[in-house]
Amino acid sequence: MTTELAKTPLYDWHVAHGGRIVDFGGWAMPVQYTTIADEHAATRTAAGVFDISHMGRLQFFGPDADRFLDAVVTRRVTDIKPGQVRYALVCNEQGGILDDVLVYRLPMESSGSHAPAASTNEDDTPTFQVVTNALNRAAIVDWFRHRLPDFATRFDDVTIGTGMIAVQGPRAVSTIDSIVGGKLGGLRNYTSTSTHFEGRPILISRTGYTGEDGSEIICAARDTTALWERILQAGQETTIRPVGLGARDTLRLEAAMPLYGHELNETINPFQAGLGFAVNFGSREFVGREALERFASDERQPVRVGLQLDGRRLPRQGCSVLQGNETVGEVTSGTFSPTFERPIAMAYVRPSAQAVGSRLAVDIRGTQHPAVVVPLPFYERGKKILPQRHGEHRGEML
Amino acid sequence: MKPENLLFAKTHEWVAVANEGGQKIATIGLSAFAVEALTDLVFIELPKVGRQVKAEESFCEVESVKAVSDVYAPVTGEVIAVNESLPDNLETLSSDPFGDGWIARIKVSDDSALANLMDHTAYQKQCEE
Repeated sequence: MTTELAKTPLYDWHVAHGGRIVDFGGWAMPVQYTTIADEHAATRTAAGVFDISHMGRLQFFGPDADRFLDAVVTRRVTDIKPGQVRYALVCNEQGGILDDVLVYRLPMESSGSHAPAASTNEDDTPTFQVVTNALNRAAIVDWFRHRLPDFATRFDDVTIGTGMIAVQGPRAVSTIDSIVGGKLGGLRNYTSTSTHFEGRPILISRTGYTGEDGSEIICAARDTTALWERILQAGQETTIRPVGLGARDTLRLEAAMPLYGHELNETINPFQAGLGFAVNFGSREFVGREALERFASDERQPVRVGLQLDGRRLPRQGCSVLQGNETVGEVTSGTFSPTFERPIAMAYVRPSAQAVGSRLAVDIRGTQHPAVVVPLPFYERGKKILPQRHGEHRGEML
Repeated sequence: MKPENLLFAKTHEWVAVANEGGQKIATIGLSAFAVEALTDLVFIELPKVGRQVKAEESFCEVESVKAVSDVYAPVTGEVIAVNESLPDNLETLSSDPFGDGWIARIKVSDDSALANLMDHTAYQKQCEE
């Protein structure tokens, strides 16, 4: 059975510019335009521009939007101010992760991208927005819908009517600011504001998924290609590049950001994933709370660690992690790090294998390759150092 | 070597067979199209010299950031040489795929599988599809 892939507003642009199209969660997305190494380097040294229109965008209306979201995500959102953005998890009753999301309390002045004609009815203006993974959008829509009846709120799935572009890298903010008159530079991390591009409303946030400074921008679907081309043009003095999902993966992996379907799934809880910061209990009730309270102090569970390997073979999702002759865990993501020029991986391992410096092995297609547990993230903006090798301290690696 | 003078497998290996002192020797590599499609190569596992391989058996692995790809032997015989410089110079596979980017040489014991291979024109057609 073949089903037609969904296309973002930028699909034709990708095809016309050499993007190699793959099926990603039912979307026809570019995996790369040139090489992963080239696009990765452009993002680390100048700026990368990413089509992330496939991510789910839900806008919430009505007086109870904040109370509703507070009841379905792991992090309190009733206290966030207009413009603020908060990373949170949606968990099931067992504490398993259904999705990791960004919750925006939308800036006051406008609804951002959606921008219906000015309305006098408060209920027509969205107050919150949730950005979901493309893969999980349908399930989250369903999950939320079943829990709506207790609250005076509703939501619209605006994914199709809008586009979303990420611009990431040391030159990202100045590039965007040349288009929006400096409004991005004035934003703190994890905040957003509404502004305009050629007279049309857009929502810009200081967020991202690469370990670099930058922005994610939401606009109307029909404005997406014009905005995309304008960004590439504004950055042309730099090595700005369109970047596909291939380098998006190597970038987020170096920055140790979890990816749903790899580090996160329904059998993993936030504390195992190292995302305890995104859970606050307080006195509120939310789905999964009871289970999560037990997991918070469970020291016997496997947790997410970073692994560094020698050689050039790539550890991939599903590879066993061994300590001596015993299997102690499994790789969830692995790649050849373009920054450090060595294989890196994230894995879930048992307590005996969790300490930084633990000598382990990864079974790659039947052969055991030595691996050592290193601190996460592998890459941190401005430091760029990392993995200490077996017994040897590595300084600057770039 | 000119690609026009080579034979190609559906699985993108090229082969050149030469008569050397009464022995048929096959030199094998990966087509420019295949290397271009893989991109971001990180690793090659060469076969061991002396290994007996059967036609259409995987005898080498090439790994890119995206995936691991098998390289299949186009003939049956014994591996008599491998390109030892490749593991440390993977870029040769893309800069000179039909020359310095050769992967292995096989002393042919059975070349009947050569009949399944394509000439350059037919192979190019396959790549365009």
